[in-house]
Amino acid sequence: MDKIPNNRAWWLVLPVFLLVAFSALIPLMTVVNYSVQDIFGPGQAYFVGTEWFKEVLTDERLQDSLLRQFLFSSAVLLIQIPLGIGVALMMPKSGIKGSLCLILVAIPLLIPWNVVGTIWQIFARGDIGLFGWGINQLGVDYNYTGSTVDAWLTVLLMDVWHWTPLVALLCYSGLRAIPEAFYQAAEIDRASKWAVFRYIQLPRLKSVLIIAVLLRFMDSFMIYTEPFVLTGGGPGSSTTFLSQTLTTMAIGQFDLGRAAAFSLIYFLIVLLISWLFFTAITHADKEQ
Amino acid sequence: MAEIHLKSLAHSYSKSPSGPEDYAIRQLDHVWHKGGAYALLGPSGCGKSTMLNIISGLVQPSEGEVLFDGIRVNALSPRDRNIAQVFQFPVIYDSMTVYQNLAFPLKNNKVPAARIKERVQEIAEVLEIEDKLHKKAKNLTADEKQKVSMGRGLVREDVSAILFDEPLTVIDPQLKWKLRRKLKQIHEQFDITMVYVTHDQLEASTFADKIAVMYDGQIVQFGTPTELFEQPNHTFVGYFIGSPGMNLIDVERCEAGVRFGSAEVVLEPWQIEYLNRLSSTNVKIGIRPEFIEIGLEPKVNSYEVEVLDMEDLGTYKIIDLGLGDETLKARVDEDFDARIGSRVHLTMPPQWTMLYVDEFLIQEQS
Amino acid sequence: MKQARSKNVGITVFIILLLTPVYWLLNMSFKTNQEILGGLTMWPENFTLQNYVVIFTDPSWYNGYLNSMAYVTINVIITLLVALPAAYAFSRYKFLGDKHLFFWLLSNRMAPPAVFLLPFFQLYSSIGLFDTHIAVALAHCLFNVPLAVWILEGFMKGVPREYDEMAYIDGYSFPKFFVKVFLPMIRSGIGVTAFFAFMFSWVELLLARTLTSVDAQPIGAIMTRTIGASGIDWGVLAAAGVLTIIPGLLVIWFVRNHVAKGFALGRV
Repeated sequence: MDKIPNNRAWWLVLPVFLLVAFSALIPLMTVVNYSVQDIFGPGQAYFVGTEWFKEVLTDERLQDSLLRQFLFSSAVLLIQIPLGIGVALMMPKSGIKGSLCLILVAIPLLIPWNVVGTIWQIFARGDIGLFGWGINQLGVDYNYTGSTVDAWLTVLLMDVWHWTPLVALLCYSGLRAIPEAFYQAAEIDRASKWAVFRYIQLPRLKSVLIIAVLLRFMDSFMIYTEPFVLTGGGPGSSTTFLSQTLTTMAIGQFDLGRAAAFSLIYFLIVLLISWLFFTAITHADKEQ
Repeated sequence: MAEIHLKSLAHSYSKSPSGPEDYAIRQLDHVWHKGGAYALLGPSGCGKSTMLNIISGLVQPSEGEVLFDGIRVNALSPRDRNIAQVFQFPVIYDSMTVYQNLAFPLKNNKVPAARIKERVQEIAEVLEIEDKLHKKAKNLTADEKQKVSMGRGLVREDVSAILFDEPLTVIDPQLKWKLRRKLKQIHEQFDITMVYVTHDQLEASTFADKIAVMYDGQIVQFGTPTELFEQPNHTFVGYFIGSPGMNLIDVERCEAGVRFGSAEVVLEPWQIEYLNRLSSTNVKIGIRPEFIEIGLEPKVNSYEVEVLDMEDLGTYKIIDLGLGDETLKARVDEDFDARIGSRVHLTMPPQWTMLYVDEFLIQEQS
Repeated sequence: MKQARSKNVGITVFIILLLTPVYWLLNMSFKTNQEILGGLTMWPENFTLQNYVVIFTDPSWYNGYLNSMAYVTINVIITLLVALPAAYAFSRYKFLGDKHLFFWLLSNRMAPPAVFLLPFFQLYSSIGLFDTHIAVALAHCLFNVPLAVWILEGFMKGVPREYDEMAYIDGYSFPKFFVKVFLPMIRSGIGVTAFFAFMFSWVELLLARTLTSVDAQPIGAIMTRTIGASGIDWGVLAAAGVLTIIPGLLVIWFVRNHVAKGFALGRV
């Protein structure tokens, strides 16, 4: 649709602009301000230039948590996207069964994130949780509060449990938008199940998959509450991701300058990677 | 290629149909012969698409059998029936090129690569899209897309039949005519059984050798375009075919035959005899506007009528004539002229005056 | 047919796996602490509602729910009020800086809430909004408004502009057209947007906890308090968790008919 040039439309977006400016620009300016100063107390601040940025970029603790973050987000995408597509393909297309599946699948998404942590904290315990108990019964020594590997797997499993439904529901709505005639034509053309997926379903899922990948990347990159409740970042710092490192630094240690510099770098990384994903996908689209 | 026999076929979309009104297709028997070009004509909602989908296997009939060359295929899926179908709106595989689209059904059938290439080329030429073969299908215009859709149906050589479900809906009129000729040409060239669903009588008669007219879940007549015009089997065929449709008048029985208002219609003796054997009160006479004769002087068995309206359609005129409470339409030459409100004389030639009891034509027993 | 059955089995297994942790929470919420710690039982053997009674009789517990619902409701209302006109502008008009503005809005959805934690805390403290519902509601606008604008824009693009033009010709003023003609046409989009705004505001805890202390404290923050000196009160914790799931279920039930379409965010 061709849009009409009309600068008066600014009046319509003004409320949004003011609101978001209030809750984003002012805080962001504060952060920038902190990031170039060393603050000892009220009225006692010294300009330090890029000192904090240098420190943050060379801080091993932060590099570790960044690496962990990347590993985690990659694992999340690699598991959740295919699994979500698979679940969406299995869901009934319509009728009461379809609605029921939809609501049941959506349940994990509606649970407050700390409660998600709580659920898994209980569920995965060896003594009172069905999951932990079950794994131990199978003869596997499993303890997410003690073993690094177990803690990692539990956090990952929790995230898969929590967020695969989002991918599934996005894909499901994409699949529902495919007209029945496409399936009929494929049946007439004697297309195999794989060909139906490859040439009908997948191409039409592309737009929702872009959204799914972006959302899952961003949100997994900002994950805080669930692992905080589940493992508290441990054992050691094995499940301490970026947000938690930052929160500890800012609120726990009141290390304002360093936290601010870290915040800006963190934000830029998310923006940059999202932008890369987005252009890569839309570019590949134009190539064809 | 195959002969398609629909045996005591009926279909209802509801699980427990309580009466005939729940049926999309009421019980019928019908044979589509090998190699024919057929049209299935009817208004929307008459069940014609349902019938097409039953033939192709996309819909399972709730009653009766579908036989291909005498073999029951009810349980076979469309892929096993080996049938091609073209849908109303273009269905193309977006991510493929035109070439890949056309080759797709052949590939699925494990046709050798060399043959695929030949065949795609051949069909692309017939449809005049050979210059677009390497374009992405999603960048085509709507009618090019529909051509590709049709191409995928036509490209297979071994199909039992090709079914078309109003394939030219999205195409503009100019091209429509051309594509219809193309299909006809392809039919003559390859001699494949084709069934073409449409609600457009012109489309049906230019494409098909024989037309099945469907109404309310039933095939009410199966015949050549001329038969449908001259001897409509059912009042619906009379009304639906021709423009304007047949004049249909409710009549009562009387001594000489039937009458409406004060006008008596003289019938042939066999018609009267037949009528006397039936007790139904649902009796109609029908006559096509083309067969009504009009003169300025009274003749034997003519009626004096009033000219109510006159519409000039270029090469001919349609006039509305008032006879008692009834209005009849008649087609006259363009040079015919009469004032509105004037009185003329109308004759209904007996050989063109059809008698319908319970909506069905009374035919002479031979 | 065989394939349909294996699909049904697959989805059933998935849903069972998905609901098992939730069942376990529900199971525990009806047990006494003795039973929970005494050994693993698949269902409550000494069925008790005591855990729920604790929550419903202790104001410090049930106020947590009321606080959460208060700021979520305020947030949804603010989000819709500002996002609707903006989304309309983006879907219909070209104006100075429109693309940049749109991207900037979306980039806020990408901002890690942790980044804003401290500045928010100081900002709201300095203007005297700390520990109020409105503070949390405004903070949540940071990610909900961009998302709402984006979803609504997708739905509005689907409405042909001929409707707008027709309404002007029929003599409707813009506000009248917008409320009487346009909004009813994107009803499902509004429902879905409200659902998403509700969902993201309801599940967020980091900001909500930081911006409150006593009077507006959300249920999530109160739950973390149960980890007290006398060990964790598992039963009450589980019951509190179960109660946080219910509002979400109610909301999704209301929009169930639009959700399938809505999850594509108007982009299919």
